[in-house]
Amino acid sequence: MKPTNISDLPRTRVSASPYKPRISVVPPAASDSFSSLAPPATPWWRRLLPGRHVTVEAAARRPAGQALRLYLRNPAAVTGTVVLLLIVLMALSAPWFYPGDPLDMVAQPLLWPGQDPHYWLGTDSLGRDVAAGIMHGARASLLIGVAAAAVGLGIGTLVGACAGYFGGRTDTVLVRLMELFQATPSFLLMIVVVSIAAPTITVIALTIGVTSWTTVARLVRAEFRALKQRDFVLAARSLGYSDSRIIFREILPNALPPIIVTTSVMVATAILMESALSFLGLGDPNRVSWGSLIGSGRDMLRTAWYLTAIPGSAIIVAVLSLNLVGDGLNEALNPRLRSRTE
Amino acid sequence: MSPLLEVNGLNVHFGAHHAVRGLDFSIAAGETLALVGESGCGKSSTALALMRLLPASARLQGQVLFEGRDLVTLPQPALRALRGNAISMIFQEPMTSLNPVLSIGQQIVEVLRLHQNLSPAAARQRAIELLDLVKVPDPRRRIDDYPHHLSGGQRQRVMIAMAVACRPRLLIADEPTTALDVTIQAQILELLDTLRRELSMALLLITHDLGVVGQWADRVAVMYGGEKLEQGTTGDIFLRPRHAYTRGLLGASLSLDRGLHYREQRLLEIDASVDPASGVRSFALGRERQRSRVFDAHDAFSLTTRAPAQAPAGQPLLRLQGLETRYASAHGEVRAVDGVSFDIGHGETVGLVGESGCGKSTLGKTILRLTEPSAGRIVFDGEEVARLRGRQLQPFRRRAQMIFQDPYASLNPRHSVAAILEDALRVHGVAGRQERERRVRRIVDRVGLPATALHRFPHEFSGGQRQRIGIARALVLQPALLICDEPVSALDVSVQAQILNLLVDLKQEFGLSYLFISHDLSVVRYIADRVLVMNGGKIVESGDHDALWQHPTHPYTRSLIAAVPTSAFASGLGQRL
Repeated sequence: MKPTNISDLPRTRVSASPYKPRISVVPPAASDSFSSLAPPATPWWRRLLPGRHVTVEAAARRPAGQALRLYLRNPAAVTGTVVLLLIVLMALSAPWFYPGDPLDMVAQPLLWPGQDPHYWLGTDSLGRDVAAGIMHGARASLLIGVAAAAVGLGIGTLVGACAGYFGGRTDTVLVRLMELFQATPSFLLMIVVVSIAAPTITVIALTIGVTSWTTVARLVRAEFRALKQRDFVLAARSLGYSDSRIIFREILPNALPPIIVTTSVMVATAILMESALSFLGLGDPNRVSWGSLIGSGRDMLRTAWYLTAIPGSAIIVAVLSLNLVGDGLNEALNPRLRSRTE
Repeated sequence: MSPLLEVNGLNVHFGAHHAVRGLDFSIAAGETLALVGESGCGKSSTALALMRLLPASARLQGQVLFEGRDLVTLPQPALRALRGNAISMIFQEPMTSLNPVLSIGQQIVEVLRLHQNLSPAAARQRAIELLDLVKVPDPRRRIDDYPHHLSGGQRQRVMIAMAVACRPRLLIADEPTTALDVTIQAQILELLDTLRRELSMALLLITHDLGVVGQWADRVAVMYGGEKLEQGTTGDIFLRPRHAYTRGLLGASLSLDRGLHYREQRLLEIDASVDPASGVRSFALGRERQRSRVFDAHDAFSLTTRAPAQAPAGQPLLRLQGLETRYASAHGEVRAVDGVSFDIGHGETVGLVGESGCGKSTLGKTILRLTEPSAGRIVFDGEEVARLRGRQLQPFRRRAQMIFQDPYASLNPRHSVAAILEDALRVHGVAGRQERERRVRRIVDRVGLPATALHRFPHEFSGGQRQRIGIARALVLQPALLICDEPVSALDVSVQAQILNLLVDLKQEFGLSYLFISHDLSVVRYIADRVLVMNGGKIVESGDHDALWQHPTHPYTRSLIAAVPTSAFASGLGQRL
């Protein structure tokens, strides 16, 4: 392979030069001291992420730095990120704004939004504050979304990595397992599990995670199958590296971009799943979530539609912003799509 | 007579990158001009600029006169009428240049009907004639084949058939044979030259390969950094090069006839430097070994852990006996390595040559136990390693390493150079951070990289520097055997010379043994003590580095040698002069 491809020429040159002056450059003398080679200086989780032992200088020139710049240049992605951060802030500050239990009856029932400035989003049929419900509900919805995505991600990455890396019989068995889970109607399975076990937040998050890991597993498996053919993996094997070291330290960091992208979509899906469960009355009865707010408002859809519209909008905004973040990450991290944004 | 194509002051910019700088040249009808240079010198940008095929982000300035018309300012419809008709182009990669969902006949017919007013039946008839012209066997049957039915060489023939379908006056060939085996390369170049004469078209041959230039070009233009450094007839360039860079390129190139050997002479290295004040380039040439910084005795790379005296006299370092590697494919069982037996002695370099698909890479991987052997013995330093499992393999892993062909794929893009090298030491139980750091620093210095390289990531290096990192990774564990799988095939000539010199130095310094796998006979002739020729999974011939080239016995070896471009000027015999 002779690198005479014309399209390679401009990018490599251009990417190196124009951004250098903007970043405070670590002087060569500082990076010359060997000290940052020592792994204890970086926490364990940092090693999994792209770009370890990163100096400012390196971060500016490395793909991760370039991806970040591309991401920040994408208005949709920035909007999504800002909205998402606002929702997280809202969830975190809920006990501060509304210290009481959002399930407490605090006012006259069925106040419309704006009718009483103190209950600016109105009250429901039992006189509970909708604004308090939205803010506290964000906590439950986000918590379940993140926890379920984490569970799905953990199982999916592990199964996908093993299937893709080891191949052969291991792969066959694990792919059959994935197919088994995919063939099961996941929502029905969730309803069954939640009905049998107590519908606590933990159970719901676990159930959503267990039914959604197959997407990640397929993705990770495909990435691993492609990456394990690369010469650097062969080199690692010829150096006598153990399988777990090759999986987690050599291949996984290279497979991260698509996994990161999927994560945002998984959080969004988990929020929707939880809402659907709560709407059916199968959510945690002791906690308010956006889904349960819709569920309790559905009887009064004709008379007090705001009771379903407000939490519904919250879900739409949250899911939309997560999807915008996901699209932005996809464009920034996937080099094949990069030309669009450049 | 005015030339067919005249280029005046051609400039190509990609953003801030000035890819082609004020290029002038001309081609007469029926002439072959070679544009020679290393990767990034702007030769491919020039080719695309002539066809106005550059990406939209590129800026084009200057004048390209084709039969008196300026292609730079020509409106698109007129340009499209010229492309594929009066001027056509063939590309390097025959595997991807054809559309996989159309039959080759459909693709040729499409070109014909676009530019000529032919009925479908007439166009098909003409396509069959064209396939016959480019010597595709049985064209009447092959015309309905799809690209995946054809070999790389046949696809390149189809590409050529499409390019010459409308009898162009100018054919631009951008590295037409770089992706092909040496025997196929000879046939394709022969074909291009025949077509040039029969169709009396001009040929602009863009290549990095001076051997090809010497045999096929009438005139040569040498490019570096977007500029034309020198231009002249092929004889002038080869026999009386004026520019230092040209002399360096010629000195760094290897040819089978020149018969250089590493024990007798180092290769010429070109050291290009730019004066930051004036922007003037200068080229220094040298054969001298660049001495690395002197380290005191305590810092020396400790080789004492492996005393050479341990090796029993007369016993080879590596002995293969009846080694076989089989794997299942769609067409049944494939014997990639089929009963291979040979020895590699301590400190010996064994060259392994063969064309793509002959099993030479599989053999290398099998020796290192990266691919499972199906049968046979691998005896390394007196110990059978073919059946070892798991942790039993670790001592062998430390002592046998590999250097890969593609310096872009063989380094993990997520790890810094220091992490890549240090991990290897840690896995092999080199305790103590300071000890590991010391060894990493030493080896990085030894392969000719600056200490600042340690904290950088692979993508920040050039191809040659990456190959040095790959060599450092292989050497950091102080192995005895290195399997070099096409280590210089992806590199430019001048970088190739540096890496070969480095491998020679390291071999002498550390007493290494090499198995040097390559498709390039001239490189193997230079670097190897003994040469094995592989074909169809078997070793068909082996011999001393001199004897094999002068008195090949096996017909396959003879055909390989005959296919190497013979530079008429290196041996002083004029084939075409």
